[in-house]
Amino acid sequence: MADAAPPSESLSEDGGKRRDFLVLAAGAMGGMATVAVVWPLIETMNPSADVLALASTEVDLSAIEEGQTIVVKWRGRPVFVRHRTADEIAAAQAASLDELSDPQPDSERAPQAQWLIVEGVCTHLGCVPLGSKLGDPRGEFGGWFCPCHGSHYDTSGRIRKGPAPANLPVPTYEFLDDTLVRIG
Amino acid sequence: MTTPVPQNRVAQWIEYRLPVFSWTNKHLIDYPAPRNLNYWWNFGSLAGFMLVLQIVTGVVLAMHYTPHADHAFDSVEHIMRDVEWGWLMRYLHANGASMFFAVVYIHLFRGLYYGSYKSPREILWWMGVIILLLMMASAFMGYVLPWGQMSFWAATVITNMTSAIPWIGETVVTWLWGGFSVDHPTLVRFYALHYLLPFVIFAVVFIHLWALHHRKSNNPLGIDIKSDKDTIPFHPYYTVKDMFGLGVMMFILLLFTFYMPNVLGEVINYEKANPLQTPAHIVPEWYFLPFYAILRAIPDKLGGVVAMAASILILFILPWLDTSRVRSARFRPIYKWAFWVFVVDCIALGWVGANTPEGNFIWIGQVTTGYYFAHFLIVVPLIGKFERPTKVPESIHQAVLKGGEGAGEAAAAGAAGAAAAPASGEQS
Repeated sequence: MADAAPPSESLSEDGGKRRDFLVLAAGAMGGMATVAVVWPLIETMNPSADVLALASTEVDLSAIEEGQTIVVKWRGRPVFVRHRTADEIAAAQAASLDELSDPQPDSERAPQAQWLIVEGVCTHLGCVPLGSKLGDPRGEFGGWFCPCHGSHYDTSGRIRKGPAPANLPVPTYEFLDDTLVRIG
Repeated sequence: MTTPVPQNRVAQWIEYRLPVFSWTNKHLIDYPAPRNLNYWWNFGSLAGFMLVLQIVTGVVLAMHYTPHADHAFDSVEHIMRDVEWGWLMRYLHANGASMFFAVVYIHLFRGLYYGSYKSPREILWWMGVIILLLMMASAFMGYVLPWGQMSFWAATVITNMTSAIPWIGETVVTWLWGGFSVDHPTLVRFYALHYLLPFVIFAVVFIHLWALHHRKSNNPLGIDIKSDKDTIPFHPYYTVKDMFGLGVMMFILLLFTFYMPNVLGEVINYEKANPLQTPAHIVPEWYFLPFYAILRAIPDKLGGVVAMAASILILFILPWLDTSRVRSARFRPIYKWAFWVFVVDCIALGWVGANTPEGNFIWIGQVTTGYYFAHFLIVVPLIGKFERPTKVPESIHQAVLKGGEGAGEAAAAGAAGAAAAPASGEQS
């Protein structure tokens, strides 16, 4: 490159501009090539096709008695299915939206009032809240209590107290018949 | 002193092509170190030794470990029961992580006390903070590998912290996991990174030492090296001193390894990971407890994560927060006290982090977290403005050889220095 040394007059005028353009163009191509290499490297870390394929789980509700909660595994994480008692439904529906930090009416979260289906993963840092088994602490609102950092959820799985920012998420599900539900 | 290059012809042939002999001499043998370094200056080389020990035991463990969600837990038991000396390698590696953090924390507090972060050592200090961050990442990912209950839930809680990032948090956490929860893909990538990061640490340690040897060590007086009389050669004085420290450290490490190898661990990690059940008490290893306390002190998800990250990142700007021109706390009557209050605050944070956040622990956690940041943002800048430092000696050799002010703390180094006086006189 250096030995090409053109006459000095043309270097300062046209030659300088031409070289600037070449540097810019080469730099831009190099930048694009870098992005093109880094992109797939990052993408490899996303969930792979076989992980994505484990999308749905079917649950038979007939064996769940009133007041009982079962825990099923969906996408590697727990889902709570609770057969709510009349009192629990009443408590969930009675809560005024003003006192909720993530306001959502119970009717939206549990279209069939006796069945509450929520993901059993605390929205704070991902622990599994207690309250599904008999004798578990259920927190101050009768739903679930997360032992890790002390979040309290109500009988609609809504956050009422503690560091968690959001309600327990409701997964997409549909009732295939009266006692069979497909989650996912 | 010693000749940098031996008269041997093979050695000269090598030296001409790759100057290993003069380099070793320059950095390890005749390297001029302040004559007054005390035992707190042992901890850098001890940390270096621990890094090497972790890499050596880790490589051996990797030969027997299976990075698979279904087999990892059993392969660790296989190492413990079936592999020859496997128990020793695993216990050395697990307790070695604790020892590594212990010496690095002492090294860090040494820097805080003697002002080692101040000009011209800011970049040296930054490299140290980067090493600390890399160590934390390595230690966390290594802890996940045995795939016990605590491994699994530590991984869940820590990775979920990234979900606190507004807008993109959920996408990022799915990307980190390679799925919808901590699972097999997460374990395998943690294994890959856990193997990689120690070598990255090694590279940053090299830059750390490059900066150190460029501007030379700070010392208990915190004043610059002004002449050859202020220094003694690294070998034999500090090689011997470091070897003695190494003996003491190994005694402690082996005491844990042989007689109480599980005392720092959680029993529940000997139970296989169960994604459907969180253990009643999730507690990190002791070296993360103060940061865990800071995380929990803020009753807001994003706020807690930000505070925890800030508690370490704040060290990067410490050189500019400290407004005092005197380095060593020995001549800073008020800062000396603030330093010890800060040490107590950090220990209190660790104590809070070890307990369930209930009752008094909530407000104690908040007060100690508040003070942690106040120390850096209020106390240190103000002390620098209003404190009147006591008289700083003219030079290291004057202070040390007279046996005056510095005699107490640097007694051992002073004695070594005095004995070395004729030798370094020859040098100059």
